[in-house]
Amino acid sequence: MANADAVAVTASPEAIAARLAASRYLADDSLATAIFLAIRLGKPLLLEGAPGVGKTEAAKAVAELLGRELVRLQCYEGIDAGHALYEWNYQRQLLAIRHAGEHEIDIYDDRFLIARPLLQVLRAPAQRVLLVDEIDRSDHEFEALLLEFLSDFQISIPERGTIRAATQPIVILTSNRTRELAEALRRRCVYHWIGYPDAEREAEIITLRASDVAEATARAVANAVQEIRARPLAKPPGIAEAVEWANAATILEKGGSPWPEAFRRAIGVLIKDEEDLSAIAPELGRIVEEALG
Amino acid sequence: MPRSAQPFLGFARLLRRHAFAIAPEQVIGFMQSVTLLGPRSMNDIREAALATLAPPPDRRGEFEAHFRAYFYGDAKPSIKGEEDDETRVKDDRGTREEENQVARREKGGELSSALEQLSSRDFQRDADSLGQFRRKLATALPGRRSFRTARTRSRGTLDLRRSLSEIVSADGDIPSPLLRRRQPVPRKLLLLIDVSGSMKLHTADYLKLAHAAVQGADRAEVFTFGTRLTRITSALRVRDREHALVRAAALVDDWDGGTRMGPTLLAFLAVPRFSAFARGACVVILSDALERGDHTELETAMRRFSARTFRLSLASPLAGDPRFRPATSALRAILPALDDLVDGSSIGSLTDFILSLASPAPAAETIWKRVS
Repeated sequence: MANADAVAVTASPEAIAARLAASRYLADDSLATAIFLAIRLGKPLLLEGAPGVGKTEAAKAVAELLGRELVRLQCYEGIDAGHALYEWNYQRQLLAIRHAGEHEIDIYDDRFLIARPLLQVLRAPAQRVLLVDEIDRSDHEFEALLLEFLSDFQISIPERGTIRAATQPIVILTSNRTRELAEALRRRCVYHWIGYPDAEREAEIITLRASDVAEATARAVANAVQEIRARPLAKPPGIAEAVEWANAATILEKGGSPWPEAFRRAIGVLIKDEEDLSAIAPELGRIVEEALG
Repeated sequence: MPRSAQPFLGFARLLRRHAFAIAPEQVIGFMQSVTLLGPRSMNDIREAALATLAPPPDRRGEFEAHFRAYFYGDAKPSIKGEEDDETRVKDDRGTREEENQVARREKGGELSSALEQLSSRDFQRDADSLGQFRRKLATALPGRRSFRTARTRSRGTLDLRRSLSEIVSADGDIPSPLLRRRQPVPRKLLLLIDVSGSMKLHTADYLKLAHAAVQGADRAEVFTFGTRLTRITSALRVRDREHALVRAAALVDDWDGGTRMGPTLLAFLAVPRFSAFARGACVVILSDALERGDHTELETAMRRFSARTFRLSLASPLAGDPRFRPATSALRAILPALDDLVDGSSIGSLTDFILSLASPAPAAETIWKRVS
């Protein structure tokens, strides 16, 4: 995307929302505003919300909107600098030392350096979108390490010196809130909480994501999913599951199952917990029939 | 400072007065955002405030109330209790008064209050044991192997990073290989405190214990439940106990009411971030488990907890009585899911039990079968 185009699509929250919709991601005003502010203020964007509300999808949509490559860093417990920043290829270094014999060799040469996502982003010639996914799964120490990266967009490699970003990346962090993040991280970011959409918006998302699904089916699925989510389930269904349910029911219906039956038979793609399934099963027929109106 | 910036500074000051942590850089970000957005309407200012001042989701309602009061001149907001949508449990089964009337007619309630009068207190021992408990807790909880590694002298994997720098500094030689091993970390501790009417005599002690637990353990979470579910961990993080307990008390608004133990525990498990906290944790439920009516939901909740947790324990004040047996149908139904059913009648017995969580013990069902 040319620079002028990038400026045009990020000119206002409305322009961003329209462009996201073109990338098949429906953002409400608040999310579009948060994305707009993060891009214009040059700050990281922190997205929090329950699993399955579309946080990672939002990051992918932003990368598509800006026409930038997405670099993803998936966090997990125990992730450290070696996994996120850089690592030396020790085996190759050892081999090189052995082969060098009496000759002098620089074992901290570029060919021994393995760039992990954060370093990849800094060394990239063009701007990248960096997705730090599920930051809440990492340890507090990693959050502190990231803090340093986020404030200066640079990495210090003791053997090589400091590497600064050629162009400042756009950073999006996601969290499921399995633990509270440090205040220091929150205050450096533009923040947005993504909740489950209402029935009307969810129906729009289903129609947009599953093109074979009829509008009436999408509405029925959205209504039924709202009703199901209101129950105390072990794993409340996310938006992706709702889309899959609409798709699966449509396929079954085209294969000859009549409507309420097609929904019931496809329930396995919506609810993926055996106990939830047995809890909802007795009422499923009523929920679907009411949703179909 | 231009005059037009004053209202935004004033709003940040107001939030700080109400214990929102707002950093100066956030205030600058707020004002820059307002400028970037126009602003074209009050909604732009609100969106800018939400994005840059980043109120925690559980205080979003309070934040909105302050915003309306400040920018729209609404009446002073009345802020009470937890406003987190995720933690709110819809109380749609009649009023509390009705529940209390029903509870009074029930045998369980009578049994509970009769036994509660039997329990005795030793205040000095309580204070001492809480101090010791706080100091010992971090090392007393059962451990697990973390994915973080630390250097070790034996039984580890080769640490190539450090070995290589040793090789270079020793001119191509290495006296002994350097090893790393996964570090042990303490498991999480989750306390679920019953604040219903039948537990009235014990809730104050339980909160003191919970405060010591949050102060002592690396990762501890505390919830109260009665007719609603309330997360009070953040209130208990305040070091001063009296201050922390006042804050916690203000969050809970179903003190001494009825109990809907099954539905509230199921609601806990239905919130993914809470449920994730229970995974692999030591969960201690402080309750008499006197569930009214049908106990199917309680049984389901306990089974789900049991499948997620490392150790699931029920500490009941009734178990302090030597004559106690898990005889109610609810207790009989949940006993197979429990790892422990222990005495929760005093701070001393509870601290001793929590500090012993790392030692293996036979399942609750086996023990109580032997006793009965």
